[in-house]
Amino acid sequence: MQPTHRSNRILQPARTWFIYLSLLLALGFTYIPTGRLPGVPDWMALVLAFWCIREPLRVGMGAGFVFGLLIDVGHGAAMGQHALAYVLLCYFAGVLSRRVLWFPPLQQSLHVLPLLLLAQFIMVAVRLIGGAEFPGWWYFGSSLTGALCWAPLSFLLLLPQYQPVDRDDNRPI
Amino acid sequence: MLKMSLVGHQSPPFFRRGPTPVARLLALVALCLVMLIADLRFRYLEVVRQALSVVTYPLQMVAKAPVDFVRNATVYFATLVEVQVENADLRRSQLEAAQRLLRFEHLERQNEELRRLLGMARSVEIHSVAAEILYDAPDPFARKVILDKGAHHGVVTGLAVVDAYGMIGQITRVYPVQSEVTLVTDKEQTIPVQVERSELRGVLVGGGKGLLEMRFVTADSDILPGDRLVSSGLDGIFLAGLPVARVVSVEPDGEAFLRVLGEPLARVERAVQVLVLGRATPAPPRPLPSSALDLSADSVESGDSAGEAKPE
Repeated sequence: MQPTHRSNRILQPARTWFIYLSLLLALGFTYIPTGRLPGVPDWMALVLAFWCIREPLRVGMGAGFVFGLLIDVGHGAAMGQHALAYVLLCYFAGVLSRRVLWFPPLQQSLHVLPLLLLAQFIMVAVRLIGGAEFPGWWYFGSSLTGALCWAPLSFLLLLPQYQPVDRDDNRPI
Repeated sequence: MLKMSLVGHQSPPFFRRGPTPVARLLALVALCLVMLIADLRFRYLEVVRQALSVVTYPLQMVAKAPVDFVRNATVYFATLVEVQVENADLRRSQLEAAQRLLRFEHLERQNEELRRLLGMARSVEIHSVAAEILYDAPDPFARKVILDKGAHHGVVTGLAVVDAYGMIGQITRVYPVQSEVTLVTDKEQTIPVQVERSELRGVLVGGGKGLLEMRFVTADSDILPGDRLVSSGLDGIFLAGLPVARVVSVEPDGEAFLRVLGEPLARVERAVQVLVLGRATPAPPRPLPSSALDLSADSVESGDSAGEAKPE
């Protein structure tokens, strides 16, 4: 059965190991060298935004900073570029967290799109000030595909929380 | 009574959240800005980067496995006709190269002999590593590629990277088994060059748009469209004489200077097999300004001791 935003009440709390496993997996996906392929979503930003909205007390700006730094190292980008973008992303995701969850998935992704665009604008601004060349408008395409991936991704990340506390064969979900 | 019961207890964990979110935000943003300035402006953080890359390295190796698999699969399914055509091409170019190589060996011996007779320093010995370009670097703000050879294979930062036609870039960062090449077309890449015909020296800067610009060429310089630009080797890092670019346009830029644009000779964006080239021994160190002798022409003539010669 398709879980909906209305079934929030019966969710189990997210396990800490699952949160960090999903963040590490996102880091791995971001490390896949796709070169200049346009429109590859920023998995790290998406998963960070997801947990900052779902669990604002457990995942926040500190996680954004650490994982941003790891991406800076892995990508050979400027140190602090992704970290700065993700810290701000996590802050605004935390601010929005009480509001976003009232909406169905499609409208949630409309809330997430400006967050992802903000992160990318910060990175472009930082590097342009640092003297790099503008990468072209296709660069922002990854925010659009990221927002499209929001609904399926949040379904996947919520699956472990949909499990019943005690096994019951007659339970509908 | 109620007050008494609250005094001894700490607030429940839900209410203990440390500094306010805005305070944490400002602290982390400040930290990020400090790091950005330290890295982009002063390059202080290479040590931190190397240390952290030890942590991220295993994950990166796992992450590039699917890309490697796809790349190997496309090689495996290359058609027979393609391979035959390529093979014929290679045979022909090898034959041409062999002729030149025979003459080259002869010339090299002759050169060595003449240098010995003239008492000149021996020509520079070359350190070279053959490598393959794996993929574009993930950072979309710079023109960089990743090579499949790294510190284990003797690659160090600063070496030139060439393909069969000329220079494509310079090694700017070395990982254990990979290295990062900044292409000559990158906005921040600079190469000291020389016009092959007139031996005019200058500095070539990547324009960022695929063309290269030779900076600070005075208006009376001898440079024409079609001239080949080769590396001058004056930096003590690159070998002299590596072909870099061909001049495509020379226009006056104001009163005093020329605007010289060149296009790279190498297949910068398309090369796959490359050679990493450098000096086998480091260049002799630059003389220090403090060790300069104060010998001017008039002090030698008048026989005064150095340092006391004064203009009239």
